[in-house]
Amino acid sequence: MSRFKDKGKKGTPAISTASLPDIIFMLLFFFMVTTVMREVDLLVKITLPEATEVTKLEDKALVDYIYIGPPSNDKLGTEPVIQLNDDFSKLEEIDSWVKQGIERRDEVLQPRITRSLKVDKETNMKIVTDVKQELRKSNALKINYSTTQGR
Amino acid sequence: MLKRSKKGGVQEINAGSMADIAFLLLIFFLVTTTMDTDAGILRLLPPIVDDIEEADKVKERNVYVVLINDADMLLVEGEPMDIKELRAGAKEFMTNPANSEDLPEKVRVTAAMAREQIGNYRSYVAGATDEQTKQDFEKGLERWEDKLRTVELIGEYMELPNSAVISLQTGSKTSYDMYVKVQNELEAGIRELRDELSKEKFGRQFSELDDKNDDDKDLIKAVRSVFPQRISEAEPVEVGKRQ
Repeated sequence: MSRFKDKGKKGTPAISTASLPDIIFMLLFFFMVTTVMREVDLLVKITLPEATEVTKLEDKALVDYIYIGPPSNDKLGTEPVIQLNDDFSKLEEIDSWVKQGIERRDEVLQPRITRSLKVDKETNMKIVTDVKQELRKSNALKINYSTTQGR
Repeated sequence: MLKRSKKGGVQEINAGSMADIAFLLLIFFLVTTTMDTDAGILRLLPPIVDDIEEADKVKERNVYVVLINDADMLLVEGEPMDIKELRAGAKEFMTNPANSEDLPEKVRVTAAMAREQIGNYRSYVAGATDEQTKQDFEKGLERWEDKLRTVELIGEYMELPNSAVISLQTGSKTSYDMYVKVQNELEAGIRELRDELSKEKFGRQFSELDDKNDDDKDLIKAVRSVFPQRISEAEPVEVGKRQ
């Protein structure tokens, strides 16, 4: 009985927070592992189209992105533009961009590089077709039309 | 625990701020994280060829022409079509169930036929004099060996002619959204055919076959050779000033 009385005097003990850092660390590690740093700043507005028959791109390291859409900065107009890496680009620059992408990779992996087209869904096919022609000329044949998973 | 220090032990470091530090890092990673995995419709562009003559040889019945105009409307094989019917249209083209004159002529591949051809090609390869023809014959031999394997796995099947292709053409003002939708429908049609075949022969959906498993790999190859995915990224029709 006296045991209970002692406790009463001290009040309820505070919940130990000693394990809090551990919990936070666990979350931290989870995010550290799943994180992929955003590589480029998008200069164009892109709303991807929807599709049901999608394939996931397995190896992110083997994907190069081409962004096509209206510029995010309204002052630059609403005509769709091409963005390669970190800058607006012209059609003619695609060839050198493809070559850069190839040189960056190991020789064995070079044929497996996919070029992913992230194109705004309101874009006209004209610019997309032109980009595709440029890719063909540079012999970059494996492409992916990036979409969101529908349904 | 802390009381022990009074007795002369080493003072323990206060770990109370550890959580704050971890929080800070956590928030940083939360902000920089992009969880999206990129997905989309994979396509192989045709390499640039100089001689267009080859394209002319393709018989009209072997090409399924899908046109999308500037107003995002479809013209399929000369007839206007709603996008909802496109999937069925593509399936009909691939199978030609009624042996119609307008759709690709299919050839029945049998084991006996494949064996005979393999025999023929073996003797051609043995009899070839120069390196170039030998390589050509070896390619032919390989093709027929693949067909024999397919027959062994699936049974006799109707083969699409090599030139059978779905050709997709767009206008310059066609929206990309519509283009992707059409690509998606065509892909869906082929996927459904493959699923049906795979389900019938192996009791599993085509997508359930695992390409990392060697047995399944053969099955995938067999199904693919019956229903090849041939959607052509057609040569853009030159309009006016280009070139």
